[in-house]
Amino acid sequence: MKPTPGEYSKMTGKASPPSSFVKDMILAFVCGGAVCTVGQLLCGLYQNAGMSQTAARSTVSVSLIGIVAILTAFNVYDDFAKFAGAGSLVPITGFANAMVSPAIEFKTEGHVMGIGAKMFSIAGPVILYGTFASAVYGLIIWIFRLF
Amino acid sequence: MEYVKAFVVGGLICVVGQVLIDFTKLTPARILVGYVVSGVLLTALGVYEPLVNFAGAGATVPLSGFGYTLAKGVERAVREDGLLGVLTGGLTATAAGISAAMVFGYLAALISRSSDKSK
Repeated sequence: MKPTPGEYSKMTGKASPPSSFVKDMILAFVCGGAVCTVGQLLCGLYQNAGMSQTAARSTVSVSLIGIVAILTAFNVYDDFAKFAGAGSLVPITGFANAMVSPAIEFKTEGHVMGIGAKMFSIAGPVILYGTFASAVYGLIIWIFRLF
Repeated sequence: MEYVKAFVVGGLICVVGQVLIDFTKLTPARILVGYVVSGVLLTALGVYEPLVNFAGAGATVPLSGFGYTLAKGVERAVREDGLLGVLTGGLTATAAGISAAMVFGYLAALISRSSDKSK
């Protein structure tokens, strides 16, 4: 059976309670907002400690990644992710979890092809396309500077 | 007030991701790639920086902020080093985050046992 998009949305509408996506969105908003607020709090602390804004922002990323590594190692982040949905995925914490979680899970396959390779199964594409996009942008800026 | 701005803008950026999860078949990996590339693109178009100035961590902590950092890094490197900066700028600016994820990820893998995810 191959439903058209219209039929499919009717079917999923019947199958899932109507308020679930509203609830998903509220949870994503609150949890994602909370992660960013923690970031803002840390950023203020680091700047008060004398860091430049750029350095403070990088250190915030490092701090959040470190916190997520610990939470993932103790199996806490998965529970948060189930609860928060995109609120846990979209912040830099989701990127960190996408590296740490497979590193732990595939440890049994060895340090090179297990931890080493699986760590980049999601992070690899993110780094590749991000870097590629930045290189294209850089090339465009460089060409425009010639004239 | 800055916390409220960070909360609301960061929350809204995450809601966009939730809409993508609930209403499209995009995998988390594709969504993350989309956020980073969008961040680079919006920064290049001059749209993302005003958002960063307004919302602070609300715009830099989501993965689109990672794209913003890549784009600002390449802008600076091209200004200072010319053509070489095209290749060095992005990763130089994001090196702290990427290295942190690798180092902490490896350490986390060393200290913990892989557990059964299906339970």
